[in-house]
Amino acid sequence: MTSDKSKLGFYLLLAPLLLWLVVLIILPHIGLFFVSISEKVGVREYETGLGNYAVFFNEPLYWRTFARTAIMSISTTALTLILGFPIAYYIAKMTRGRTKTTLFLMCLIPFWVSELVRTFGWMILLRETGIISNALQSIGLISGPVEFLYNDAAIMVGLVYTSILFMIVPLVTTLDSLDDSMIEAGYDLGGNGVSILREIIIPHAMPGIVSGCIVVFMLSLGNYLTPILLGGKDSLWFTGLIYTQFITRFNWELGSAFGFLLLALSSGIVFLGLKLSRQTLTETMGR
Amino acid sequence: MSATPDLECIDLTKDFNDFRAVDQVSFDVPPGSFFSILGPSGCGKTTLLRMIAGFQFPTSGDLQIKGKSMIGVGPNKRPVSMVFQHLALFPMMNIGENVGFGLRQRGVNKSEIKTRVERVLERVGLPGITDRKVDQLSGGQKQRVAIARCMVLEPDVLLLDEPLGALDLKLREHMKVELKSLQAEFNTTFVYITHDQSEALVMSDKIAVMNKGRFDQIGTARDLYYEPHSAFVAGFVGDANRFEGKVTAVNGDAVEVVTDKGLQLKARTINGTVAAGQRAQVFIRPEAIRLAQNAADADLGADARNYTVQSVLFNGANSLAILRDAVSGEILNVTLPQTGTFLGLNKGDTVYAQWNPQQARCYLVEGQ
Amino acid sequence: MGMKTGLFTTTLLVTAMSVTAAQADTLRLLTWGGYAPDDVIEMFEAETGHTVEVTTSNNEEMIAKLRATNGGGFDLAQPSQDRITSAQEEFGIYKPIDMSRVDAAQFIPSMLEATAGNTTFEGEVYGLPHVWGTSGLVVNTAQAGDVTDYTDLCDESVAGRVSYRLKRPTLIGFAYSMGLDPFAAYDDTEEYTAILDQVEAALIECKANVKTYWDGGDEIKNLLRSGEVVAAMAWDTGGWQLNADDADITFVAPEAGALGWIDTFVLPARGRADDAAYDWINFVMRPEIASMITNTAGNFTAAVDGAVDVSADLKARYEGSFDQAAIDNIKWYPPVPAGLEALEGAALDRINAAN
Repeated sequence: MTSDKSKLGFYLLLAPLLLWLVVLIILPHIGLFFVSISEKVGVREYETGLGNYAVFFNEPLYWRTFARTAIMSISTTALTLILGFPIAYYIAKMTRGRTKTTLFLMCLIPFWVSELVRTFGWMILLRETGIISNALQSIGLISGPVEFLYNDAAIMVGLVYTSILFMIVPLVTTLDSLDDSMIEAGYDLGGNGVSILREIIIPHAMPGIVSGCIVVFMLSLGNYLTPILLGGKDSLWFTGLIYTQFITRFNWELGSAFGFLLLALSSGIVFLGLKLSRQTLTETMGR
Repeated sequence: MSATPDLECIDLTKDFNDFRAVDQVSFDVPPGSFFSILGPSGCGKTTLLRMIAGFQFPTSGDLQIKGKSMIGVGPNKRPVSMVFQHLALFPMMNIGENVGFGLRQRGVNKSEIKTRVERVLERVGLPGITDRKVDQLSGGQKQRVAIARCMVLEPDVLLLDEPLGALDLKLREHMKVELKSLQAEFNTTFVYITHDQSEALVMSDKIAVMNKGRFDQIGTARDLYYEPHSAFVAGFVGDANRFEGKVTAVNGDAVEVVTDKGLQLKARTINGTVAAGQRAQVFIRPEAIRLAQNAADADLGADARNYTVQSVLFNGANSLAILRDAVSGEILNVTLPQTGTFLGLNKGDTVYAQWNPQQARCYLVEGQ
Repeated sequence: MGMKTGLFTTTLLVTAMSVTAAQADTLRLLTWGGYAPDDVIEMFEAETGHTVEVTTSNNEEMIAKLRATNGGGFDLAQPSQDRITSAQEEFGIYKPIDMSRVDAAQFIPSMLEATAGNTTFEGEVYGLPHVWGTSGLVVNTAQAGDVTDYTDLCDESVAGRVSYRLKRPTLIGFAYSMGLDPFAAYDDTEEYTAILDQVEAALIECKANVKTYWDGGDEIKNLLRSGEVVAAMAWDTGGWQLNADDADITFVAPEAGALGWIDTFVLPARGRADDAAYDWINFVMRPEIASMITNTAGNFTAAVDGAVDVSADLKARYEGSFDQAAIDNIKWYPPVPAGLEALEGAALDRINAAN
């Protein structure tokens, strides 16, 4: 009787999760997959085939943008890690109590406004007639206005800014769980800053690093607004291509194929990253 | 000519803002000895140990290891190693990597690290466990690995920060003996801090009792137990019955005190520290009191008094009887000799107790 | 007992609500920003009892949204007239207009007729004209007074200070400016491809001149206002809005002709409130209401006497940009044949990829 009841409770609790998974994730993907393997041959006429995938591989623009997006997302992830690690270390290990909470909250503040507003903020800073250009001119470092916007570096700045919180949070959590005496023991046994970072702190923080990297990589890869607004004439982003296919070209078939390729790419790179860092998904996400 | 001490502190002081954690502490530890610092929590012993390890720098005073001042030398440059309270074994490394960590930092080549790690693990009685993970070891094994990790570096001084605190009672008793024999085996100077007097008493060659940032007394276990120099040491090391009252007579080191409830006590003091009319406290160890069931017992002296048994606390060898003085109502704890004589002792019985005034210590009550 | 009463009350409530709904509908309007001002909605709701829910969008998203729901989710949409027949042919997302329910006298006859012609598919009319406007050049006349045609954007003198969208109007504008006639070639794939090839080459060469390809209306207005861009391809309303702040900046009808568009009323195939939709159409085409919309949207309407209450400033700006010759020279978008976007898309992709 009790076991029946607890079973019912178990299924009731499971139901929203299953519903979410099936209705919002699995079903749309199945639909998308069927769209992606239908080729348009005429008005309201479709055939099943892999032609859309062939288009991707035959058109250099598409797979170059694909590769570019992947490489820039990986660079963004690396940059976010390099910038986020010291911040997380400072918050987790050098501060206590209220200072810690305050610093953590300060990291959260940019997320109280929408991504669009944040990106516009960067546009105000970086544009030719913007704050940075004017400030540099007034202190005499540059003689005329300089355009910082509309290039890949601006995209990177925007992406790092947008995603750094998702790196800091898991890092702070894992670094917090590192007993200070481990670091002291490292020094006591003759280690220096570098060797302790390499042999003790980083191995301990590895699950946090990997989960942070996965989230940041996914966020960058799937970002749409930041590359569109901050990027320049040649700064194509794969999600932009997908949007174009779906919305302006009315080509849902190719757009779906692109969507699946993006899914495959992100899964592939995450898998590779886990293998390289010798972590498992359960270890990283289950903490 | 005596050898240079392995560790010497001279007027070592540490201030935190307006709080003085360590106050002008001076001591030296001769080579190859087991030195303990015993004190209640908050007495400053951890700060002192961290200054020796190099994690904190003294406000004033000097700290020397093998005659060399360590002021301004970082923890990774000092010839001392530390066993942490929770051991701080690195969970991301196996045992071999843990023990070899220090050697790797020194740039020792791989094959030598391997042999030295194996040798030190053998010496702590754990051969062939280099490939195990930290969490595959028992509590006692972890202790020994933590010691091996330090000893492989052949430090001049090994610091131990209450490493037995986390162990259960049985294992703790066992590890006390083992630590002492490991120290003898390596013949290295151990500096051990603890708040547990029995750990200090069993293992140490010398013990410093620390209170409020100062050393109250440095001496052997015997000295501290039998000849405590202060009321704090008398009360902290071992158990004691404590009475407070007025000094009525002083004759050399022999004093008489009358407690507030009117119990007359004879005790010994340190010459010249108390005078008649002053308030004083008297400490008598429960195990120093002789007990008899009738007044005529041959063992008892003339000043034996009769008491009523208020209760008996049975705890094997450490069983206590709580007695109440028939006249004054003062309470006295007495260790029950386990000779069979007092097996049938019950609440309400009358017994006779007496002690040698030489074993009762009298100190001035501070702040008069 | 309590439960039964509750159930009964609920049933009653639901019935009551559906009865009211039959009389006063909710009109789900899919339109452009500015086409349904709050004061107009208020007046409409007060007069008819309907309620209006507005979703603002653009041509492409309107079609994508209706395609995703097979023409459901909205009761009235306002895509441009050239995008109706091809979308209808491909996706079947609209339903024909019942002309008997439209007060045709409120529409300028020539526009009504032209739109009907352009939106006829298999014998049925699908669109009614509402707002019209053009796209051409927005120029800072003080700094780039020489820019009078699309191809002038590629001139050395404005290098790095021009912007346009990487979209089909750019292809068409440039084609006209180069002396070609893309609209005439709409139905001839081979000829159209040849035109696209020439335009593609010109735009690839022009790429170095462009500061950035703009995407949103606010973005191009910021670029022009800050002076970072001195000449751009953009909508007339954008130019007139900027003119209000900075007299140097205004809309210029290009020599090759401004590109004219007409936004229409269409009924989504699965719309549920046709009554409210026709009520809305007849309401907003009244001269005084049409003027209110022109004042907020910045573009003129197809309503008879629709300019009666339009602000004098707007009229003046319009007349400043368009003389009679320029009006006669407007190139009105004909219906886009299905499949044309694929050709244009490929050309745009190649321009984007070129270095």
